[in-house]
Amino acid sequence: MSYVLSCPNCGVREVTDFGFGGEVSARPKSRPTFRELNTYNYFRRNVAGVQREWWFHRSGCRAWFIAERNTLTNEVLFTARPEEVGEAGPGGRGQGGPDGRGEDGPDRPAAA
Amino acid sequence: MLDLFRRRRMWRRQRDLKDSYDVVIVGGGSHGLAAAYYLAKEHGIRDVAVLEKRYIGSGAAGRNTTILRSNYKTPEGARFYDASVKLYEGLSEDLNFNLLFSQCGHLTLAHSDRAMFVMANRAEVNRLAGIDSRLIYPDEIKRLAPAMQVDNPHATYPIMGALYHPPGGIIRHDAVVWGFARGADRGGAELHQNTEVLGMERVNGRVSEVRTNRGTVKAGVVLNCTAGWSTLICDMAGVPLPITTHILQACVTEALKPLLDVVIVSSQMHIYISQTDRGEFLLGAEIEPWTTYRMQGTLNFLQEVSRHAMELFPQLERARLLRSWAGLCDLSPDYSPILGPTEVENFHVSAGWGTYGFKAAPIVGKTLAELVATGRTPELIAPFALERFYEDRLVSELAAAAVSH
Repeated sequence: MSYVLSCPNCGVREVTDFGFGGEVSARPKSRPTFRELNTYNYFRRNVAGVQREWWFHRSGCRAWFIAERNTLTNEVLFTARPEEVGEAGPGGRGQGGPDGRGEDGPDRPAAA
Repeated sequence: MLDLFRRRRMWRRQRDLKDSYDVVIVGGGSHGLAAAYYLAKEHGIRDVAVLEKRYIGSGAAGRNTTILRSNYKTPEGARFYDASVKLYEGLSEDLNFNLLFSQCGHLTLAHSDRAMFVMANRAEVNRLAGIDSRLIYPDEIKRLAPAMQVDNPHATYPIMGALYHPPGGIIRHDAVVWGFARGADRGGAELHQNTEVLGMERVNGRVSEVRTNRGTVKAGVVLNCTAGWSTLICDMAGVPLPITTHILQACVTEALKPLLDVVIVSSQMHIYISQTDRGEFLLGAEIEPWTTYRMQGTLNFLQEVSRHAMELFPQLERARLLRSWAGLCDLSPDYSPILGPTEVENFHVSAGWGTYGFKAAPIVGKTLAELVATGRTPELIAPFALERFYEDRLVSELAAAAVSH
């Protein structure tokens, strides 16, 4: 079984419709050290449980949105447009963003 | 001969955990057991506990597609995996346990000019490292895999050539796990199954105690060999990791007549195919792009993998799938492992194995054992230190490992 997500614009679709943008992470301060920048770029919390994450409706409206999902069960708790959710929340300690990722989705070659 | 029929335990049943061990290895898979084995064999370190949450080989070691190869793209990677294949070649004898290793050859198909260029490049890197690897063209591919559809004018992905790696092949993965487990047990290590690590105590930048569901043990050195669960164990020691956990899936068909005696991989079609000794076609695909800890497969995988397999082997049209399964992969940003010491003095990791951990089991065991025994990082694994991500010195295996094996 895979699972479904509800795009805030288009409604419920299969997960294969979407690109995964990774967990929401706190952006570094405006002039990060080299080490801080690399920490932001590479290190992940990789939560086993509820995390807040970025998704991209690749085969639909092509908008980025936020979802909260339990990585132990793949249960999606909610989805929302980025402006609708606050900064706090499980898995998100601050503002995130699909940084450095083009309109075509995540920059890691969408492996599958 | 009599010995063959005698029922014997492969390793001792363990009762209670002791209060302390020189080395505590978290994870009873191929890496953890190999480390325990080489600690005793090469360094005489026998006061070792291997703690396994479920049963020996229940994680990635028992779920992979058993392919071994060393035709990687970076010199660091090629050298490292080559050392592993060399150890695998002698491992049946070393462990006195038949691992059914068959070096039948490994073909990575190229479907574009760009892919041909990358394959040529990989062949050169491999040959510089003394690894048998070369670019071949459709006529030779047809000779090596006569059952495969090579000239298909309607193919979505026409086959232009392949990287041919004769020493690559398949091995019985469970046997590797059991062989290492028996070897580690005979070396003196205690294998504790159904023993889940729940937490660690950190004192003065060292891990002093490991807390489990069966009691707390003091540890001289702790090794984290938990693949998909690496982040969770490293969290307990306070070590952040640059990895994400994904599922990788595979399936087997019912047993068929022997058709294929090489391993076929295609990065663009996201598939790898081999025929097992029992005759089953073993099909694997690519990781799911989203992170998860739930080991459950997807329908999408079965659709894609059968579509691609049938493009190469239309004969499989009526073959039934017997089973499919999923395992967890700990993917690192550069598709190279994270191996060796961390900022916590006595806590070492073997993580970031993505889809290629099983290939590396013996060399990981051997180098981690050397690290524990001497306190120095072996030169072979120095490029894979965790610190490289803080310094942005990546070892990119994207071209050779992003799509699996």
